[in-house]
Amino acid sequence: MYGKRLRPLALTTFAALTLTLVLAFFWAPNDANQGFLQKIFYLHVPLAIVTLCGFIYGGLAAIAHLRTRDSRWDMRSYVAIHLSLVFGVGVLVTGSIWAKGSWGVWWDWSEPTLVSFLLIMLLYATYQPLRFAIEDPERQARYASVFAITAGAFVPINFVIVRLSTAYLHPRVLGNISANLPGRFQIVFYLSLISMALLWITLWRYEMTSKHASAQLRALKRALGGDDDEALPRRSAVPTLTIGAGATPTGRGSAGRTGAPR
Amino acid sequence: MSAATPTVAAPRTRVVLAALLRKELRVELRSFAAVPAMSLFSVTTFVLFHFALQANALDGDLASGVLWVTLLFAAILGINRLFVADAEQGGFDGFLLSPADRSVLLYSKALTLLAYLLVLELVAVPAFALLLLQPAIWPALPGLLVTLALGDLGIVVIGTLVGALAVRTSVRDLLGPMISLPLLVPVLLCAARATSPVLAAAGAGTLPLRWLLTLALYDLVFGLITFAVFDFLLED
Amino acid sequence: MAVLAALELRGLTRRYGERLALADVTLSVAAGQTLAVLGPNGAGKTTLLRLLATLLRPHGGELRVLGHALPGEGWAVRGRIGLLGHEPLLYRELTARENLRFYAALHGLRGDERAQELLAAVAMERRADEPLRTLSRGMVQRVAVCRALLHDPELLLLDEPRANLDPAAGVLVEPLIGRESGRTRVIVSHDPAGVLAEADLVLGLVRGRVAVLAAASELDPAALAELYR
Repeated sequence: MYGKRLRPLALTTFAALTLTLVLAFFWAPNDANQGFLQKIFYLHVPLAIVTLCGFIYGGLAAIAHLRTRDSRWDMRSYVAIHLSLVFGVGVLVTGSIWAKGSWGVWWDWSEPTLVSFLLIMLLYATYQPLRFAIEDPERQARYASVFAITAGAFVPINFVIVRLSTAYLHPRVLGNISANLPGRFQIVFYLSLISMALLWITLWRYEMTSKHASAQLRALKRALGGDDDEALPRRSAVPTLTIGAGATPTGRGSAGRTGAPR
Repeated sequence: MSAATPTVAAPRTRVVLAALLRKELRVELRSFAAVPAMSLFSVTTFVLFHFALQANALDGDLASGVLWVTLLFAAILGINRLFVADAEQGGFDGFLLSPADRSVLLYSKALTLLAYLLVLELVAVPAFALLLLQPAIWPALPGLLVTLALGDLGIVVIGTLVGALAVRTSVRDLLGPMISLPLLVPVLLCAARATSPVLAAAGAGTLPLRWLLTLALYDLVFGLITFAVFDFLLED
Repeated sequence: MAVLAALELRGLTRRYGERLALADVTLSVAAGQTLAVLGPNGAGKTTLLRLLATLLRPHGGELRVLGHALPGEGWAVRGRIGLLGHEPLLYRELTARENLRFYAALHGLRGDERAQELLAAVAMERRADEPLRTLSRGMVQRVAVCRALLHDPELLLLDEPRANLDPAAGVLVEPLIGRESGRTRVIVSHDPAGVLAEADLVLGLVRGRVAVLAAASELDPAALAELYR
C-alpha cells in the first residue's frame, strides 16, 4: 500500500534536490559577510525544519496509535522518528560546520537552534533503547507511543524556552529566514525546503514499504507453514506489523478510564 | 455469597488516594528505599562540587547551578525508586483489578514523589547553605522557596511519567535518567535562572518573574500530558 | 427467563507480536460452573486468565464476562472478579492486615470484619500483624487467598491455586475457593486428574489453539495426557 507511486515520487525528489543544488551553487548570490560557506544554510535550516516536523508527525502518529491500537500507526511513528534522528544528526553536523566556518568555533551555546537540537536529539536518542528494553511487542508499541507523544510536545516547547534563554539572538539564522531575505535567497531556500521535505517523505515511504512487505511475507509463511514450533524472534526495537487475523483489535481504543457510576 | 450486584460503583477517590498514600508512607518508612539515599547523595554531591570547583563559597549563577543540578540528580534517584515496589510485588495488577479510578494512582505517585523531594530539600538546602553558599540564606529564602515549589512540580510531573515508563523495562535504572534529564532541562534552566539573582553575593535580588512564569507553564503543559497518557502505561 | 452466561468467548484472539498467544477460542460457562484450563507451558493459559481478569485486551473476537463486553465495560466487572495467580500481589513490607485493609479501600469496602473473617478462615489470625516478608511462602499464599476473596467476587480466576499451599492449608482454603463456594471458577492447572474431579467444563490449549473442549464427565485423564505430548 505504501509502494504506490514510489518511483515517480523518488524521481521528483531527485529532480528537486538536483535543481536546488544547482541553483544554490550557481544562481544564488554569495553572501556578503560569510561568502560561499553561507550556502550551507540552504542545507542546514531546511533539514532542521523537516526533522522537527518529522518528530512532531511521529508524535501525532503515536496519538493515532493509542486511540486505534492499530500497529500500522506505531510503524509510521517509528519510521518517522528514526528517520528524523538521522536527519537530525545531519542538522547538528551542518550546523557545526557552519559555526566553525563563520564564527571559528565548532559549537556555540548562544545559537538557540543548535542548542535546542542537541536537547531534542539527546531525548530522541533514547527512543530505540526504550523500545529494545521492552520485550512484549504490544507493550513496546504502547510505551513507545507514550514517549513519542511526550517528546513530540517537548519539541516546540523546548525551542521556545531555549530561545528565551539565549542572551542574544544571532542574526544569521533568524535574519535570514525573515522577510528581509532578498529574492534569490528566498527562492532557493524554499526550493531547498521542498526538496528536503520530499526527501524525507520518499525515504519514509521506502522504509514503510519495505517493512510492510516483510510483514506480509512473514504472514504468508505462517499461513502456509503454520506457526507451530516457531522459535521466538530475536529481541527487536522494530515494531511488529500484523497482517490478517487479529490485525485490528476489537473494543474501544481508549485506555478505559474507569467511568463507573457512583 | 452475596446477591450479585449488576455493577460495582468505583470507590471514592479520596478514600483510595488516602489508602494509596498510607501504603506508600508505610512501605517507604519500613524499607527506606528512597529518601535517605536521596538526601545523603545531595550532601555528598555538595562535597564533590567543593573539591571539583575548588571553591569554598559560591554565589549567584554558580551557586544556583550547583544547587539545582544536585537537586535534579538526587531527584533522579527518587524517580528510579518510585514504582519499583509496585512493579516487583505485583502492585500494578492488584490496583488494576480493583474498580478504583486509574488516575488516582497517578495522583498518589505524584504526591509521593513530591514528598520525597520536600524531605530531600529539607536536608539539601540547609546543607548547601552551610557548606557552599556564600551569602546568608535567610533573605534569599522566600524567593528560593517559590522557585523550589515550581521546580518540584516540574520534577514531579516529568518524574512520575518517566518513572512509570522506565520501571517495566529491562534497564530501568539507565532509561529513567536518560529520558528524564533532557525533559528536565527546561525546568533546570528556568529554576536556575530564577534562583541566580536571589543568591547573589551583593544581597538577594528580585525574583525574575519571567522564568517563574515559564516554569509554571511548562509544569502545566507536561502535567496535562502526563495526565492524558499515564493510563496507557498501566496496562499490562 | 434465560440464564446469563458468566463467561462468553467467541473467537477470542490475542497476539504476542506476530505470533498468536491465543487463537479463536469459543466457549461458554454458566454461572456457578467451573472451567478447567489445561495445556503445556506456553499454551496461552495465563493469557486467557488475564484476558478474563480485564488485565489484557482482546485482539480479536468477542469476550463477555458477567454479562459485560470487554474491554469496553471492564469497569463494570472489576469489582466482581477475584484473581489468584502465581504472584500474591501483596506488599512484603506491610502486614497481612494492612495489606487487606489497603485492598479493601481500593474496592470501596468498609470495615475490617470481612478481612478478619477471611484471616480466621485460613488460620492466619495470629500472624496477621507481622510483615509479610517474615512469613513463609505458604502463609503468604493464604493471605493472597484472602485478598482475592475480600470483595466477595462472583467470578474466581485461579492459576494453580494449590501450588504453594501445604495440604493442611489446602484443606482450609477449599471451602473458600472450591466448588462449594458457589462461585463461577476458571482454574488453570497442571494436574489433569485432580482438576477433572472439580470441573464442569474442560478446555485444553496447545500453542494458543483449542485442542480439547468438552464437559468433564465425557473426558478421561488419558485423553488429557495427550495434550502434554
